[in-house]
Amino acid sequence: MTARIGVVTFPGSLDDRDTQRAIRLAGAEPVALWHKDKDLKQVDAVVLCGGFSYGDYLRAGAIARFSPVMEPLIEQAKSGLPVLGICNGFQILTEAHLLPGAMLGNDHLHFICRDQKLRVENADTSWTSDYASGQEIHIPLKNMDGRYVADERTLDMLEAEGRVAFRYVDFNPNGSLRDIAGVTNEAGNVVGLMPHPEHAVEPLIGSGRTDGLPFFTSILKKLVNV
Amino acid sequence: MARVVVDVMLKPEILDPQGQAVQRALPRLGFEGVSDVRQGKRFELEVDGPVDDAALARIHELAESFLANTVIENFTVKVEEEKAEAGE
Repeated sequence: MTARIGVVTFPGSLDDRDTQRAIRLAGAEPVALWHKDKDLKQVDAVVLCGGFSYGDYLRAGAIARFSPVMEPLIEQAKSGLPVLGICNGFQILTEAHLLPGAMLGNDHLHFICRDQKLRVENADTSWTSDYASGQEIHIPLKNMDGRYVADERTLDMLEAEGRVAFRYVDFNPNGSLRDIAGVTNEAGNVVGLMPHPEHAVEPLIGSGRTDGLPFFTSILKKLVNV
Repeated sequence: MARVVVDVMLKPEILDPQGQAVQRALPRLGFEGVSDVRQGKRFELEVDGPVDDAALARIHELAESFLANTVIENFTVKVEEEKAEAGE
């Protein structure tokens, strides 16, 4: 038996199929979840994928955060369910206050799409254990609202507690404070980042590397206790 | 029916690149003397029934939990006077 990992599709989600594929390539079983689902079909973990849920109206992630599926997700995430938010998924997790801070429009006001170098700052979360702390990876980044902000006190707390999970290296693509590309909650089960690891799981496509695959092998190992 | 207006603005310490872009365009348009522009959102809620304290409290809650993200934004709630609707 392998781990069952849910992937939520909201109206406007884009990367649900790629995410399911990445989960399958890692050896786990993807389970499609719908935004109107009132339960999580007993999955072992959930990925909130990229896209423009509800057209990013109001604020990116602000309307998706109140979808029926989010109610059990928020409750279970608080008691340890592993949840990964990628791009729009990260925005939804900050709107749901499962992760601190908020996402705003890129400081240069343009959509950005590039291969982005990142440093894995915390390799102890449920989603990063197959990386080494300090490892540098290349992951595709594509977004409009990628600027991570939080007040100084929150930023200092995140740094002190090792909760900055990923940092942009060489180039800050969106004006994120302290070059933050992704953060984790205190328990390490909820992780969010702007770049797209699900687009970097096969040598043929994405960044031409498989730097994103360890996200999905990390969670699989955690869930099946390898 | 009454109208309640919720104004949402980014907190002062949050960078507002859209507002800056607007501000930078002003001299080109011949508008001098505007040193800063901040861009926000305005929501006009048409409320059925009386806007009493209970209704205002609910709207306040709505603004705090949904219309604004208080991590980055401040908001104000005000009731718009019913004025001159019968025509003057």
